[in-house]
Amino acid sequence: MSDSKFKNPIVAWIDYRLPVFSFMEHELHEYPTPKNLNYWWNFGSLAGIILVIMIVTGIVLAMHYTAHTAFAFDSVERIMRDVNYGWLIRYVHMNGASAFFIVVFIHIFRGMYFGSYKSPREILWILGVVIMLIMMATAFLGYVLPWGQMSFWGATVITNLFSAIPIVGDSIVTLLWGGFSVDNPTLNRFFSLHYLLPFVLVGIVVLHIVALHQHGSNNPIGIDTKSPQDTIPFHPYYTVKDLFGLGVFLVLFFGFVFFAPNYLGHPDNYIEANPLVTPPHIVPEWYFLPFYAILRSFTADALIYLPISWLMSAKLAGVLAMFASIMVLFILPWLDHSPVRSARFRPLYKQFFWLLVIDCIILGICGAKPAEAPWTYIAQAATAYYFLHFIVILPLLGFFEKTKPLPTSISEPVLKGGGGASSAASAKPMEKA
Amino acid sequence: MRKYLMSVAAAVSVAVLASSNAMAAGGAVKPPEQQWSFSGLFGTFDRGSLQRGFQVYNEVCSACHSVRLLAYRNLMDIGFTEDQVKKIAAAKEVTDGPNDEGEMFKRPARPSDRFVKPFPNEQAARAGNNGAFPPDLTLMTKARVGGADYLHALLTGYKQPPKDKKVAEGMSYNLYFAGNQIAMAPPLSEGAVEYADKTKATVAQMAHDVTTFLSWAAEPELEWRKRMGVKVILFLLILTGLLYGVKRKVWSDLH
Repeated sequence: MSDSKFKNPIVAWIDYRLPVFSFMEHELHEYPTPKNLNYWWNFGSLAGIILVIMIVTGIVLAMHYTAHTAFAFDSVERIMRDVNYGWLIRYVHMNGASAFFIVVFIHIFRGMYFGSYKSPREILWILGVVIMLIMMATAFLGYVLPWGQMSFWGATVITNLFSAIPIVGDSIVTLLWGGFSVDNPTLNRFFSLHYLLPFVLVGIVVLHIVALHQHGSNNPIGIDTKSPQDTIPFHPYYTVKDLFGLGVFLVLFFGFVFFAPNYLGHPDNYIEANPLVTPPHIVPEWYFLPFYAILRSFTADALIYLPISWLMSAKLAGVLAMFASIMVLFILPWLDHSPVRSARFRPLYKQFFWLLVIDCIILGICGAKPAEAPWTYIAQAATAYYFLHFIVILPLLGFFEKTKPLPTSISEPVLKGGGGASSAASAKPMEKA
Repeated sequence: MRKYLMSVAAAVSVAVLASSNAMAAGGAVKPPEQQWSFSGLFGTFDRGSLQRGFQVYNEVCSACHSVRLLAYRNLMDIGFTEDQVKKIAAAKEVTDGPNDEGEMFKRPARPSDRFVKPFPNEQAARAGNNGAFPPDLTLMTKARVGGADYLHALLTGYKQPPKDKKVAEGMSYNLYFAGNQIAMAPPLSEGAVEYADKTKATVAQMAHDVTTFLSWAAEPELEWRKRMGVKVILFLLILTGLLYGVKRKVWSDLH
């Protein structure tokens, strides 16, 4: 025990029996991280912090919320009016959902741009896609809880999707509802699941981090770290960089919370749910809009539906396409088989990447529009391109793209930019308390 | 190519923001923008306007519309004294009970009571309003696209219908209402209330005041929220600046 690396005897005593301090030292302090990560790498830790914020505010909200159709809407308003700082907690939770998706979408696109899903990080990527799926389910369930008009009708539309499944569809919908329409049993089980899923999420996030720490972060150049001089310890370099990023994020986030808390929401959700009155346009929250556009693209007369029209109804095709738009991400590491990770050395892939980003934004706009021309046609074209990108363009690029030569090490381009004295300094592995 | 794509992406995202505002206009005319005491980063509710607005609600709107989420005690937040609030509440009657004999009984409302509704239930409201249901107004400015501007426009938007438009029996023509036919008859008329502070009770003035009052009813935390927001953002800006300095310092031996 005397040779413990911890000077504090209590810490050393505990660590000898339960190595939590060694673990933290190893995973958070020494953890060697590529020295060239840019600010796009901030979004992973940001997402983790938002998850914690969501769980903490959510637990407090649950203390004051009543999961009953007759009281849910008023209990939320009571939180807004009579609970100490209730309005703050609720607005943080509400806008936190949007912030979570912004951050996670950026995180995912960053992974795509720099090829972070490629070997040996396939499982890391797949866990990330699972996290996004569970996040989406959690957000959908949570949006139903205030029991406003959009809550109710959103729940009705989305749960009805499952009725498109042949044979068992209607039984599944009845099971989801706990009855024959969206009603009190639905609200109760949605609340229960909305409370459960974030903790499932925490578990998968832990696995996501375990997988990450196995091989370490990818980096903007996309080549493996080769020597100690390619890496720096996570603490203090990236802890302080992440903290600075967190500061920037919080300024923007609290700008929304305090000055435009309802900007991203829909006014209809401040009208209590009424099963007898359908809102003129039922639209999901902004982060579901691209998926909603894909769902609605499959109409009976749509060109993209024709090839499969003999097989299934347009409704089922839309539902499957919506799920497929996420499922396709699971096999992304094998669709994109180019050996080069970073788009910096893939001139063609880089352009197609930005086209995909634009395509997703177009889908988002179409999702917000009423389902009428010209938006339906634009959405159908954008949907077709989305799948074309993953299923046709990416595999072909792997064969035909002429990639640029890769640097031999991470330090090489860094050193080139540096200059004599500083490059000599950084040639040593970095050691910092 | 990349620059070009980036600028397309930027243009598209601007279009998204713009379209999200225009999205739900729903056929009616876009309400003109008004000057509100409570808009902007440092906005606060004009107390005079709030109290006049309460008077308009109390003497005009409350005949048909409830504000069920407000309690009389909340009026102390907009400058009424406790005695004034007690008097306002006592003018209304609520059902309480059961008492020791098991009977329900009527008593004057107290500051802790919620605002008394004009109708006991939706059916009674419809029966008394030609089949239409006057909605609760507590959250009205949050529940409509355009918020306070829309509410003000609606209250002042009663016009003679154009010749080619037929308005059904018992309905009124309103420029800003979706579909232009509204079951609510023009609620405000010149001099409908006599303001205690001698402000001239024009339709525009009353619409402005009652919209201010209802904006407060919808967001009673607004002033507190904005005050706290300014402090939080200032704090975070300084903290973030310091963190940037620390980051530069820590990373200096790498660059």
